[in-house]
Amino acid sequence: MTDFSSNIILVIAVTSIATYLSRSLGVLFSERIDENSKIFRLFDCIAYSTLAALISKVVVFPAGDLGEANNLIRLIVVFVCVGVFFIAKRNLVYPTVLSAILLTTLIKFV
Amino acid sequence: MIRSGFYLKGLLSVRSVDSPAIALGCSFLAIGALLKNIGFNFQQSVSSTFFTYALPGQLVMAESFLVGASLVNIFIAVWLVNARLFPMAVSMFPLLKSKKQPKWKYYISCHFLAVSSWLIMKKDYRTINENYRIDFWMGIGTATWSIAIFSTILGYFVSDYLSKDMMIGLAIVNPVYFFCMLLGSMKNIAIGTSVILGTILGPVFYLISPEWCILYGGVTAGIIAFFVGEIND
Repeated sequence: MTDFSSNIILVIAVTSIATYLSRSLGVLFSERIDENSKIFRLFDCIAYSTLAALISKVVVFPAGDLGEANNLIRLIVVFVCVGVFFIAKRNLVYPTVLSAILLTTLIKFV
Repeated sequence: MIRSGFYLKGLLSVRSVDSPAIALGCSFLAIGALLKNIGFNFQQSVSSTFFTYALPGQLVMAESFLVGASLVNIFIAVWLVNARLFPMAVSMFPLLKSKKQPKWKYYISCHFLAVSSWLIMKKDYRTINENYRIDFWMGIGTATWSIAIFSTILGYFVSDYLSKDMMIGLAIVNPVYFFCMLLGSMKNIAIGTSVILGTILGPVFYLISPEWCILYGGVTAGIIAFFVGEIND
């Protein structure tokens, strides 16, 4: 096995352990939490807000391929798709499919 | 062991028209293509999704690997970016608790915890008998995890045929889908405030600390939203 391959295997192992740690510690901690308690409601709020923070960070300050699209174009796509989501009575399929088509089209022609 | 009826119900819950399968598939298709492009072979690309199954963490891993970061640095970076899984687990597993169920199910199935499966479970848990919610959860998890693995494989093989513009187009599907799903889950003032404040504070904290912005923004927004909810209750 080459150094490159064994490095990748180690990197995958380290990534998997770091990820499982957050998940399993969450399960361990949740054993003592009642679903009607205030601490549960607090973590519920933190979970939703952390997800919202992650998603908006990905749109506004993206890493990877998305970063190659213009900031304004990304925001236009998200706002249009959110509008479509509400117009379509909260149907998730239309905005999801539209987002890829709209962004690909806009970066090609704008 | 596992109640097959509830497990199958969970497994089939991703079949619905508005299931996260499309967004999840597009995202992991892009990851499969990315991993191939940076030099991972087929087995390594599949193993990454099989064992990690967390998109932001896999992206950070790929970027860190490219710049030659040490294993310790990669561990810390991935742990930080995936720290959101901790509050997600704490806010979901109490809903699945049952004295009739063995603990191993909870510790094995927590591997399936991801935004897609979490949002489905939070939406549907009330419709399931509380003694068998863990079996339903394992079904949802198996389905979403399988979609992710299959899409990584597909992405690995079609990467040569995807143009740069198509890759960028695919990359927006995941945030749009999950943002709409979050907006759809704003059922009370506390959750509504959490989503709105989190959306604003994530990028704001990025200007102060790019590494910690998700945690700082999320925790700050969550605490404020909690108190807003308590005052209005």
